[in-house]
Amino acid sequence: MKKNIWANFSSWVNGTAEGKDPYEISEKVQPREERKRFKLNEEQKMHLFNLQYKIVAAVVCLTVVGVLLYTLFQLPLFGDPRNPAVNEVVERYVEDGLKETGAVNMVAGMILDYRAFDTFGESSVLFLAVTSVMMLLLRDEKNISKEEDIQEAHERIIEREASDPILRYVVSLVMPCILLFGIYVVLNGHISPGGGFSGGAIMGAGFILYSAAFGTDAVSKFFNMKTFRTITSTALLCYAASKAYSFYTGANGLPTGIPLGTPGAILSSGLILVLDVCVGLVVACTMYGFYSLFAKGEI
Amino acid sequence: MQPIYYNIPFVCIFLCMVGGITMPLQKNGKTAYRTTIGVCLTVSALCAVLCGILYFKQESFVYMMGHFPAPWGNELYVGPLEAMLTSVFALVMAMSLMGGKETLFEDILPLKQKFYFTMMCMILASLLALSFTNDIFTGYVFIEISTLAACAIVMARDTEKTIAATIRYLVISLLGSGLFMIGLAMLYCVTGHLLMPQLLERVLMLDATNSYTIPLTVVCGLLSIGMGIKSAMFPFHAWLPQAHGGATTSSSAVLSGLVLKGYIVFLIRIYYRVFSISIVRSMNITDVLFVFGVAGMILGSVMAMHEEHIKRMLAYSSIAQIGYIFMGIGLGTDAGIMAAFFQIMAHAVTKPLLFVSAGRLSEVSHHEKSLYRLRGTARGDKLAGVAFTLGGLSMVGIPLLAGFNAKFFFAGAAAGGSIGGVKMWIAIIALCVSSVLNALYYVPAIFSIWSSHIKYDAQPVKANHGFRVAAIVLMIGVVLQGVAAAPIMRVIQLGISML
Amino acid sequence: MSAFLEKVISLRFEIAAVILFGIGFINLLLQKNLIKKIVGFNVMDSSVFLLLASQGYIDGRIAPILTNGITEASHYVNPIPAGLVLTGIVVSVSVSAFFLALVQRLYKHYHTVNFDEIMVLAKKKVD
Repeated sequence: MKKNIWANFSSWVNGTAEGKDPYEISEKVQPREERKRFKLNEEQKMHLFNLQYKIVAAVVCLTVVGVLLYTLFQLPLFGDPRNPAVNEVVERYVEDGLKETGAVNMVAGMILDYRAFDTFGESSVLFLAVTSVMMLLLRDEKNISKEEDIQEAHERIIEREASDPILRYVVSLVMPCILLFGIYVVLNGHISPGGGFSGGAIMGAGFILYSAAFGTDAVSKFFNMKTFRTITSTALLCYAASKAYSFYTGANGLPTGIPLGTPGAILSSGLILVLDVCVGLVVACTMYGFYSLFAKGEI
Repeated sequence: MQPIYYNIPFVCIFLCMVGGITMPLQKNGKTAYRTTIGVCLTVSALCAVLCGILYFKQESFVYMMGHFPAPWGNELYVGPLEAMLTSVFALVMAMSLMGGKETLFEDILPLKQKFYFTMMCMILASLLALSFTNDIFTGYVFIEISTLAACAIVMARDTEKTIAATIRYLVISLLGSGLFMIGLAMLYCVTGHLLMPQLLERVLMLDATNSYTIPLTVVCGLLSIGMGIKSAMFPFHAWLPQAHGGATTSSSAVLSGLVLKGYIVFLIRIYYRVFSISIVRSMNITDVLFVFGVAGMILGSVMAMHEEHIKRMLAYSSIAQIGYIFMGIGLGTDAGIMAAFFQIMAHAVTKPLLFVSAGRLSEVSHHEKSLYRLRGTARGDKLAGVAFTLGGLSMVGIPLLAGFNAKFFFAGAAAGGSIGGVKMWIAIIALCVSSVLNALYYVPAIFSIWSSHIKYDAQPVKANHGFRVAAIVLMIGVVLQGVAAAPIMRVIQLGISML
Repeated sequence: MSAFLEKVISLRFEIAAVILFGIGFINLLLQKNLIKKIVGFNVMDSSVFLLLASQGYIDGRIAPILTNGITEASHYVNPIPAGLVLTGIVVSVSVSAFFLALVQRLYKHYHTVNFDEIMVLAKKKVD
C-alpha cells in the first residue's frame, strides 16, 4: 500500500502517468472489466458519502436549533418595553424623526434618511440580481436551441390569435386601478404605510398581469430592453446622486438647502419622496424584468 | 469643515457603485472593460494617497454617511490599515482583469460581457464597504452584494459545469448568510445597537456585569461561522474548488485573492470593534478558529497534492492559505492578527499572480488544464513561466518573497507573547508541515511547466500585452512584500492599535 | 414548571422562528430537488424575519406611523427591526430570482431538477 502511494506520487512527478480527472476526457482507455469495477466503487462511494452527508447535516441542524433554543431562553422577554432594544436610538427616531426627516412614516424616515446607505446597497442588490438573471437567461446561442425557438414562435402565434376575452376584459378594467394604487403607495410612502418597495412591487405585478393577458408583444410596444435599462440605471443614478449630495453635505457639516415641507403633505420630507420614487421605479422594472426573462428570455 | 481627504472612502465606494450601475449602458464589452480598469486604478490610487496621509498623521477617522452621528446614522471608519488593504485590493482587481482579458472575452458571449464588469465593480464596492463600514448591518447588505456578484462571476462562463458549481456555492453561501443574519438579530436583541462603537460599549458593559454571557457567545460563534463558511474556512470549503477551478481566469483570481479576504477583514473588524479581542479570546472562539485553521493548513495542502487540474490545485491551495489566516486569528494576540493581515495581503497578490499565469500557460497550450498536459508550456511563454515560478516559490516560503514573510510573522506570533505551550508548538509544527506540503505540490508543478518533454501541440500564440503588465505588476508586488515587509507591518500595527 | 411554561408562551414567536429556521436549514441542505431547496431557503429567511419582527414588538403599542401628532416614543413599537426586515426581504427576493434562473438553465440542459441526478449526468457526459 505504502509503496503504491509512493509509486503513484513519483510517477505523477515524473510524468509517466496521465492525470485521472473525473471532469476531463481521459484518452487512455481502460480495460473493460477494470472500468466496471471502478464504476461500482464510485457508486458505492457516492452512496456512502450521501449517507454520511445526511447524518452530518441532520446533526448540525439539530445542534444549531438546540443552541438557538437554549439561547432564546436567555434573551429578554417578548414585548417588554424594558428590553435593551428600546433605547435612545428608537427614542430619537420616533420623537425627533418628524422634525429631522419630515416623514410621518418612521420606517420610511429611518431607511431613507438615517440609514439611507443600507437602502442604497439594497437597491443595488436588486439591480445585481436582475443583471445576473440577464446574464443567465437573456437569449443567446448558448441557452436557446433551434427547437425552442420554433416552439416559442408557435406559442406566440397562439397567444396572439387565441385570445381570452374574459381575461382581457377584466385586466383592462383592473390594470389602471392596480397601477394607480401602486403609484399612490409609492407617492405616499413618507406619510402612510408603504413606500418604494411595496408600491414598486404592486406596479410590477400590474405589468405582469397585463403581459399575461395581452402577450409580451403588447408590453414590448412601450417597454423594451432599452427602456428597461434606461429606467433602472437612471433611477439608481438619481438615487446615488441625491444621496451622494446628502452624504457629502452631512459629513462636512454643510446645510442641504432642501426644504422639508409641512409634515403630512405629499410634497414634504425633502429627499425621501425622490428616493421613494427612484426605488419604486427600480422595483417595478425589476419585478417585470424577472417575469419576462423567465418566461421569454428577453424584456 | 473636515479635511478634504476624509471624503476619499465615500467617493471610492460611490465611484465603484455608480460605475457598476452604468456598465450596462456602455457601448460594448471593451469599453466596459476599460472603464472598470479605470475605476479600479483610480480607487487604488486614492486609497494609497489616503493610506499615506493617515500613516504620517497617525490618525483614523469616522465619516458620517448623512446628517446623523453614530447611534442613528450609517458611518464609515477608516484607518491606515483599511486604506492600505483597499488600495491593494483595487490594484489586484485591475491586474486580474488585465491578466485574464483574452480568456475573458473568449469565455463570455459579447452580449453579456458588460454585465460581467457590473459584477466586478460591485465586488470592489463591497470589498471597500466591508473594509470601511462602521455599521454591522451595512456589512450584512454588502456581504449579500458580494455573494450575488461572486456567484455571477463564477457562472459567467455559462457552461453546465460552472452553473452546477455556482448552485453549490450559492447554497453554502446562503447558509452562511442565514447564520450571520440570525446572529445579527440576536445581537440587536441584547444590545439594541447596530453601530460598532455603541455595540462595543454595550458588550463591554454586559461583560462587566456578567449578563447575557451565553447569548453573546452564541452570537459571536454564529457570526464567525457565517463568515467562515463564506470565506472557505476548513470544514466548510467543499464548494470552493469547483467554483474557483471552473470559472474564467479573472474570476478565479478575484474570488481566491479578494472576495474571500473581504469577509475575513470584516470578521476581524467585528472582533476588534464589536466584541474586543480579549472578550473573543475569553469566549474561546479563537481556539475553535485555531483548530479549524490548522486543519485547513494541512488538509488543504494534502488535497491539493492529489489534484491534477492546475486551477483546482490552486483552489485547494487557497484553502490552505485561508487556514493560515484563521490560524493567525486563532492565536488571539495582536501579533497573530498582524500576521494574519500580512498573509491577507500576501495571498491577495500571490494567488492572482498564480491564477493569471496559469491561465496564460493554458492559453499557450490551447486550453489544456491538467498539469500533465501543461508540461513545457513555460517555454512557450517565458514570462508566464517566471510568474508562476515566483508565485509558487512565494507560496512555498522562499526568503525574499511575500509568502516567506507571512510564515515568518506567523511563527514569530506563535513563539512570542503569552500563548500557551501546546498552542505554540502546534502552530509551529503546523507551519513547518504545511510548508513542506506546499513544496510537495508547487515544486513538481514548477518543474513540470519548465520540463522539456513538451506534451501540448506547440504552436505560436500571439503575445498578450495585458497579461505582461499584470504579471510584472503582481511580481513586483510579491517581491516588494518580500523585501520591504517592515513598513507594511508598521502600517498594520498602527492600524490595529487604532481599531 | 409553570415559570418555564410562562416563558415558553411569552417567547412563542421566537421559538417558532428558531424551529422554522431549522426546517429551512435542513431543507436547504438535504433536499435533492432544487426548487424545494429554494423553498427551504425562503423558509429559513422568513424565520429570521419573524425573529427580528418579534423583537421590535412591544405590548400595547402601535405601528410607528405618527398619528394625531403624538410623538412620544412610548406610544409606538420599535421601527428599526421593520427596516431591517424590509432590507432582508429584498435580499431574499433577489437571491431567489437568481437561484431560480440557475435552476432553469440546468433544467433546460438536463431535463431534471434533481441535483444528484444532475451531478451523475454531468459526470457521465464526460466518461
